[in-house]
Formats: sequence, C-alpha cells, structure tokens
Amino acid sequence: MFELDKWQEIYSTVKKNKLRTFLTGFSVAWGIFMLIILLGSGNGLENGVRENFRGGAINGVWISSGLTNMTYKGMKVGRQIRFTNEDYKALKQTVPGYDRISARLFMGNILTSYKNNYGTFFLSPCHPDYGIIKELTVIQGRFLNNIDIVDFRKVAVIGEKVKDALFKAPDTVAMGKYVNINGVLFQVVGVFRDFSRNDHEQQRIYIPISTAQRVFSGNTVINQISFTTGNATQLEADAMVRIARTTLSTKHMVDPADSRAIEIWNKSEDVRRFNALFAGIRLFIWIIGIGTIIAGVVGVSNIMMISVNERTKEIGIRKALGATPASIVFLIVQESIVITAFAGYIGLVLGIGLLELVSKNLPPSEFFRNPEASLAIATGATILLIIAGTIAGLIPGSKAARIKPIEALKDE
Amino acid sequence: MIRIRNIHKSYTTGQNSLHVLKGIDLNVEQGDMISVMGASGSGKSTLLNILGILDTYDQGEYLLNGLKINKLSEKKAAQLRNKMLGFVFQSFNLISFKNAMENVAMPLYYQNVKRKKRNLIAMEYLDRMGIRDWAHHLPSELSGGQKQRVAIARAMITNPKVILADEPTGALDSVTSLEVMDQLQEINKEGITMIIVTHEHDIAARTRKTIRITDGMITDIVNN
Repeated sequence: MFELDKWQEIYSTVKKNKLRTFLTGFSVAWGIFMLIILLGSGNGLENGVRENFRGGAINGVWISSGLTNMTYKGMKVGRQIRFTNEDYKALKQTVPGYDRISARLFMGNILTSYKNNYGTFFLSPCHPDYGIIKELTVIQGRFLNNIDIVDFRKVAVIGEKVKDALFKAPDTVAMGKYVNINGVLFQVVGVFRDFSRNDHEQQRIYIPISTAQRVFSGNTVINQISFTTGNATQLEADAMVRIARTTLSTKHMVDPADSRAIEIWNKSEDVRRFNALFAGIRLFIWIIGIGTIIAGVVGVSNIMMISVNERTKEIGIRKALGATPASIVFLIVQESIVITAFAGYIGLVLGIGLLELVSKNLPPSEFFRNPEASLAIATGATILLIIAGTIAGLIPGSKAARIKPIEALKDE
Repeated sequence: MIRIRNIHKSYTTGQNSLHVLKGIDLNVEQGDMISVMGASGSGKSTLLNILGILDTYDQGEYLLNGLKINKLSEKKAAQLRNKMLGFVFQSFNLISFKNAMENVAMPLYYQNVKRKKRNLIAMEYLDRMGIRDWAHHLPSELSGGQKQRVAIARAMITNPKVILADEPTGALDSVTSLEVMDQLQEINKEGITMIIVTHEHDIAARTRKTIRITDGMITDIVNN
C-alpha cells in the first residue's frame, strides 16, 4: 500500500508547491505545538499544586481546636477549646469505619543534642498510626508502636535531616543511641523520610504521646487529632466527618456550626475539588487545542481542494488510463495525511522540546513544576493528526474521484 | 471487436436537450483501422468517448470484444479501460511532473505491476517508438512529435485490444504527422484495432475505412 511510487507521487506534488505546502504544514504544526504547550503547562500547574498535597494520606481528616466564634447555650465567644485524651477516645468510639487514628501534641522547637551536636527540632508526640496518616517512610528501624505508648517508653523516631545534624562523621549510626531532648534521654528506634514539600517536616522528632504527656506536659491535653477514612466512599467519609464534629462539639459545648472552635480539614474534599478543577482545565485545553488543530486541518483541506482543482487534468488522465475512484481518493488522502502528519510531528517535537527546556531551567514553584507531555499525550496527538489528515483529505479526495475524464481532457 | 447498435446519446443543459447521436450502427473487426471524420459538433468525439467507456449512452447496445458495455460501475469501467483500451489525444495529455518513462509506465501502475518491472517494459516501448534516449526527460523538454510518441507508447503498454486516437496529429506539423501515422500503422499491423478521429483527409486516407458522421448519424462509409 505504501510503496515507493506513492511517496514519489507525493514528493513530486509537494516539490511543485513548496510555499503552499509549507504554509499549510505550518498551520498544522502550530496547532499541535500549541496543544502540546497547553497540555504540558496544564500538567505543570497540576504537578505544582499536587505537590502541595504530598506528605499525608489523601483520605486524611485533620481536626484541631481553636477559639469559639459563636455564642452557644449562653456562653460567649472567644472560649479556648482544648482537646484531651478523652476526645481521642471518644472519636475512636463514635466515628464509624475509620482506618487509622492518632492524636498529636505540638511541643514546638525543642533543643536536642547528641554528644556535642546540638539542634532545635520540632517535637511531635503522637500515636503509632500517625506514621501512616502522615505517610512517613521509615528508612531505618521502625516507627512508634503500641507497646511504646502503653509502657511510656522513652523512644524517638527522628527525621533524616535530624539524624544528619546530630550524628556527624565519624559517629553516623543513630539507631540505638540516646539523644537528649529537653534534658530527657530518648533512644532512637527509627529514622524516617517525609516526602512533603516542606523542608521543616523532615526536621521533626516523633515520640510516644503518652511518654510526652507524662514527662513534659504533665496533663492530658492534645493539640490535634487525625484519622483516615479507609476505603470509605465520599458519602461515608462525609458522614464520618459529620459524626466527629457532632461528638466533639457536644463534648465541648460548642455550636456544631462553629468551624473555628473545632476546625476540621477533610483532605479528600480538597483533593476532589482539585481533581474536578484540573479535569475542567484539561478539557478546556483539549477544546482549545483541537480548535487550533481544526483550523490547521481546514487549511490543509482547502489547499488540497485547490490542488485537486489544479490537477483536474492529471486526474482525468489517470482515470482514462484505469485509475479507479478509490485509488484517486487514496492518492489525495494519503498526500493530506503525509503533510498533516509530517508538519504535526515537527510541531510535536518542537512543543515537547520547549517543555523539556522549561522543565530543566525553570525552578519548580508552588504553582508550577515539571511541565511535561506524557507519552499518552504524544500518542494521542499522533493519532489525532492521522485522523485529522484523513478528514482533511476526504472532501477534496471525493471531489477528485468525481472528476469526469471527458471533461478533464477537453482541449481548451 | 466493436459492435454498436442504434446508439443514442443526448446531453441535457437546463431545459434544452441536445440529441448528439441519433442511432449509430458500427462494426469494427479485430485488426481494423478506421477513421472517423465529421465537422465539429457532429458527434464524433462523443462516439469516441462512448467507445472508450469514458461516457455512457442512452439507448442501444455496445459490445466490446463480446462484452456488453452498459451501466458499468466506475471501478469496472476503469478496469476495462485499463485492460482493453489505449488512448491517444490531440494534446498528448502527459503528466507534466513525470518523465517520459514514468508516463508510459502509468497504466501498469494501475495493474499493480512492480515499479522496476513496469519501468523496464516502458523502456522497451519507448525503444520501439525510437525515443529511448528521451526516457528521463519531462514532457516539457520534448517536441510535439516526441510527446505523441510517448503517448502512443503509453497507449500500447497494456497491450490493448483497441487504440482510440482523438486527432492524434492535430497538434503536429505535416512531416511529424506522417511519421506518427507511420507508427500507428505499424502498430495496427500487429493486430491492434485502431479508431482515429480526424478532420484531415490525408490522415483519413491512410486508414482502411473512413466513416463520415454528420449530425449524429453515419452518412458515408468509404473504403480507402
């Protein structure tokens, strides 16, 4: 089907009309170029925003307390709400179907030392489930466990950056060593890595919350409770959040509508909103991109139409010599596909090239990182081009097939 | 070889109907060489188009080599033209961006003959027409006589039953005209039936039989 002859045929017509072919090809190349740039930028935007969601399960629910903002049952606004272990237990009992749950204390930046190395690191006592809720990767040893909590063990899981700061050469082994946290010795049982975007989340130390309450705070106050919703559907997850709010607001005599007193961040809701937004953006980009390509395709079709008009006589001769209508359609369609695909491919390569260039040289920001056109996009664009080329060739092709040899061959 | 009975053909333009052929009967035997003469508008070109399966007829019967030619699909018509017929035109009708050899080889392309093979065959026919040395020239680089020889080679390459020539010498000077006619006569001697439309008497005189058409009817058949 694609023998040398057909290529020569196309080559000879293209050679005859260099400028015309170039201009047509350019419009297609431009269309694809724009589509790739738009899609790549869309991906860059998406990657940038998605990066903010890293470090923490996407089905996590985070609850913290604050000052009341609404009067309730005769109590004035501005009341400080504080969670305690009781709230943690209450949620464990009332929230149906949660997967993991942990309370957390915020101890702030605490002076920590090992031998002569000092640093201040954010100390964050928590339950063992927190490692999963926060999606920490333990690279040495283990995370906290239940026995640590029950036995009030003085153990610590430190961030990779903490380890680097405290355990300098030649004494780089942290596991099993005792670090001095605010005057109390804790044994290092694990080192973790946090893939969050924020550097300071690497500089944390996690210890059992029970130990921290006994050694440091001396009470049962906690600052945050977080849980994951497991495989719950959107509706079930929303129900869990609602029940958690009801439980806490009843216990603390807070208006259930007071979202300042009991602040709940349902991450899956944000993820959902974000996904919907980017689905919208992607659709928008495809519409614009395809619109641009259609403009190019109409250009190709137009040029092929002119070409068919100019080649009326040639087509008449071919038909007189035995060309079937199908072979004439194929001749025109193939030429159209070749022009479209070739020009489009150039646009594709240039577009991806520019994205690579930007990706390499532009520092990733909060809103934009790694603009990329995936293989799927490139494949999709290629298929689109071939379809577009076929469509662009079909109308002129069928017009060519309808040419009557006797009219085409009339001597002027 | 060609047998037509009572062929009628009208062209309708708007409300006017133009009755071009008004009942043509004609027998052409295999190996015959006939000329068709007539004033312009007499219907001789229309007759040639019908014989060449380039046009349809309204009424009558046309048998080409025993095959009934009527209401064929475009595809079938194209295949028949390719296998059975060769065309020679007044204005040569060569494809301008293809060289002489490629032009000659074109009918074989539509028989799916491989490129190398058909170019080889094309060279043989160009050789027979005495223009082998011009095989790689574009039509624009050839003289009128050379162009018509290329066209004749193209008409012959499929080894057709019938060659239809529409004013083959119309664009040539008298010396070249005679040379081209010599070659057509040579081809005819090999048994290929030849029908030549012309308005030149000395050309017609070199065929075996001359048919005169006036107002869509055969008015005279002369054996030369």
